[in-house]
Amino acid sequence: MLTPVVDDDGAPFWEYTARGELRVQACAEPACAELRFPPRPCCPHCHSFDSEWRRMSGRGRIWSYVIPHPPLLPDYAAQAPYNVIVVELAEAPRIRLVGNLVSGPDAPLDSVAAERIRIGARVQVAFPRHSDGDGPRLPRWTLERP
Amino acid sequence: MARTGAGARVGSGTAGLKDATAVVGIGQTPFARQLPESEKTLACRAILAALDDAGISPAEVDALASYTMEETDEVEVAKAVGFGDLSFFSKVGFGGGGSCATVAHLASAVATGQATVGVAWRSRKRGSGPRPWKNTTVQLPTPAQWTRPFGLLRPADEIAMLTRRYLHEYGARRDHLFNVALACRNRANQNPAAMMYERPLTRDMYMTSRWISEPLCLFDNCLETDGALACVVVSAERARDCRRRPVYVHSAAQGLPAQHHGMVNYWNDDPLTGPAWTAARHLWKHADFTPEDVDVAQIYDAFTPLIPLSLEGYGFCGRGEGGAFTEGGALEIGGRLPLNTSGGGLSEAYVHGFNLINEGVKQLRGTSTAQVPGAATCLVTAGEGVPTSALLLRN
Repeated sequence: MLTPVVDDDGAPFWEYTARGELRVQACAEPACAELRFPPRPCCPHCHSFDSEWRRMSGRGRIWSYVIPHPPLLPDYAAQAPYNVIVVELAEAPRIRLVGNLVSGPDAPLDSVAAERIRIGARVQVAFPRHSDGDGPRLPRWTLERP
Repeated sequence: MARTGAGARVGSGTAGLKDATAVVGIGQTPFARQLPESEKTLACRAILAALDDAGISPAEVDALASYTMEETDEVEVAKAVGFGDLSFFSKVGFGGGGSCATVAHLASAVATGQATVGVAWRSRKRGSGPRPWKNTTVQLPTPAQWTRPFGLLRPADEIAMLTRRYLHEYGARRDHLFNVALACRNRANQNPAAMMYERPLTRDMYMTSRWISEPLCLFDNCLETDGALACVVVSAERARDCRRRPVYVHSAAQGLPAQHHGMVNYWNDDPLTGPAWTAARHLWKHADFTPEDVDVAQIYDAFTPLIPLSLEGYGFCGRGEGGAFTEGGALEIGGRLPLNTSGGGLSEAYVHGFNLINEGVKQLRGTSTAQVPGAATCLVTAGEGVPTSALLLRN
């Protein structure tokens, strides 16, 4: 499986997911405080270079989804057809995260039948088992009402 | 359409690019899943064919334009085909989004006196060469850390995500995407140079074909092609002395919208209004005609949903109406807007959209294999979903 090729701007996101926290970059200028994703060096609204990482509730809704079929990279082809979803976060619907809808934190990519997936469905973030040396910990998503 | 002649506008001072330059030569190699020659050799063949078509010696060429994901660089091309001293060369970013920008850059260079004879080209062995998405070490573009590990691996997956949302938000259907695939295939069936010349498409074939990334099936995806194309741009004045009927660059634009994220454009307020909207605003602002006056369109079709998205962006219909626009044979010959009359990337060849430019020129010369009677204006677009570009051509 591909692991994220982390850059300077994105590194804090993965440091927080390793602790089981979903955080999104936000402008630290109190008068602005806008969330932004993907992370970047300065705020496109007020141009402040000060940022913080705000903890999210981990709740959201499916904005869109696809079901990839082969040809795919081998590790993905082995689980295909699987789903990839885009989740809009409950706190900030315009902050959207790409992820996978799974039946449980450690379930495979194809653990939820494609027929069960709906745009607008409520989902909750879940973090897989993780130990040091595993590389970045990818947040995953489960249906609020499976 | 009431218009003054192209020549009347040249040198009027405030017109800028409008009709100041023309495409006077086009060339191409055969298109196939596998061609034996190298990309460099194919590039040379297409370029020399375009110059021969124009009746201009390679020694007169002083400007080059290309776009990224092109493996043959300016030095290699220039020394191989014997160009003169080059005083302008540019390479536009973002792969297929840069196709029309090559002509735009050459038009700018020629119109401002930085060069006199410009060549743009594209050579690609995507049919027999590697698929870019299989490269796991280079994760282009920058947002890859937010998408690829989750299995959103290929351009088809990235565009399928926007397509699903598009279908959901506007009530468009797969039948609308089929209308796009069918129009392109029907035109390819008229074009002996097209890879799909002898391969008709039916609705049943489309609806029962294998999935690539749901909701996109096999026929929603462009071909995999080896081949090369080129064109030649000179001033309108010089164009009148060339071998072929000049095709004027009436308006040209690039577009990179605010807060745009490339093909994974999921992170702004309105992901379904892409770069086409930005390019279109500039394109029409500098044109003497409107979308209603366009006789034929060559719209970048790496994937069928790029057509409804582009129809909306370039103003042929309202937002969300791109699917319905394809109904009733609108994209066929005799329809409201004949589309991709060589077969396009879906059914002629996928050479990062350069075949769309050359086909636009053929339509305005009156030499297309699927000629729109009396075509006088043509829109050509580059890849929607990435920073893009577009041309309005006229004869």
